[in-house]
Amino acid sequence: MRMTKALSMIALVCLASTPAWAQKTVTESIEEYRAMLADGNPADLYEAKGEGLWKQKRGPKNASLEQCDLGKGPGVVKGVFVELPRYFADTKKVQDLESRLLTCMETLQGLNAGEIAKTPIGKGEQNNVTALATYVSAESKGMKFNLPQAHQTEKAFYEVGKRLFFQRAGSHDFSCATCHAQENTRIRLQDLPKLSSNPGDGVGFAAWPAYRITPGQMWTMQKRLNDCYRQQRFPYPGFASDATVALGVYLGVNSQGSVSVAPAFKR
Amino acid sequence: MADPMRIRAQVAGDKATVRVLMAHDMESGQRKDGAGKIIPAWFIQTVTVTHNGKTVLTAEWGPAVSKNPFMQLVVKGVKVGDKIGVTWKDNKGGTRSDEATAT
Repeated sequence: MRMTKALSMIALVCLASTPAWAQKTVTESIEEYRAMLADGNPADLYEAKGEGLWKQKRGPKNASLEQCDLGKGPGVVKGVFVELPRYFADTKKVQDLESRLLTCMETLQGLNAGEIAKTPIGKGEQNNVTALATYVSAESKGMKFNLPQAHQTEKAFYEVGKRLFFQRAGSHDFSCATCHAQENTRIRLQDLPKLSSNPGDGVGFAAWPAYRITPGQMWTMQKRLNDCYRQQRFPYPGFASDATVALGVYLGVNSQGSVSVAPAFKR
Repeated sequence: MADPMRIRAQVAGDKATVRVLMAHDMESGQRKDGAGKIIPAWFIQTVTVTHNGKTVLTAEWGPAVSKNPFMQLVVKGVKVGDKIGVTWKDNKGGTRSDEATAT
């Protein structure tokens, strides 16, 4: 009996490499592969790690993040993710989830936010920010995006984000819109969501943070946007930079009413 | 210490479907870092699953298993409230044990 179990386990591990069946289209096969893996989405591991970090006393001030105000008052985690980025009166800035987490890590725990932002993504304290962002986003899974646009700065960030989205520059004369402003386009096998309008439930802005299977990494929206700029042959705008937050506002407001599926699962 | 595992055990009839997600780098020993040096192999070698303390599965793994591995198995005779324990050991002597209650 032990043998059978071991064999079925091996079979499961092998399924991932099963070639596309003849009758199915490539897209269907990819969907099937994703559905198979979604059950064991490693994002769950980051979510659990983030929840632990949220409650753990850390940093020079030996404090947890449980008093962190993510927009709905100190300590409220549920439902905050679908209303970010938003304007925060204490910092007088529009902040997205990651930049707000940095603020809390600095003010509550005494960690150096500037230092963390400069740390390459995937190294040191950045890994903790990723885990925390995964945990916070997971608490809003299934909820609809409803970014506030009441404050003047939030409106300004939307307009800046829109400008950045359509701004063509760099050695390849690229903009975000080059790939993300038309219906039914793809790069190789990846469907490209049209982000200049609402792409729908669980697509585009509503699908990050996500675990990416190819590099085996958890990616937040900050990593996604910075990497989009790398693909456009731009320099990195920087982690938690105003430019990336502005783009987040633009994409988030466009996704108004769409359901967040984060933490999601990507190829 | 290694990050926690995620274990779910769902009872249906006299069997339980156990799903385990482990946090591990699973370096194959074939990859090179940015400086061109080989990253040493680091992977889970043995996995043990127990049902109320009694071993129901042992597996020997190698470097071909993916990062953050997912394992699913069906265990007979599990009732709601039973304890399912999972332990892994890697080739560097690292180990992690977690337990879940069947639901």
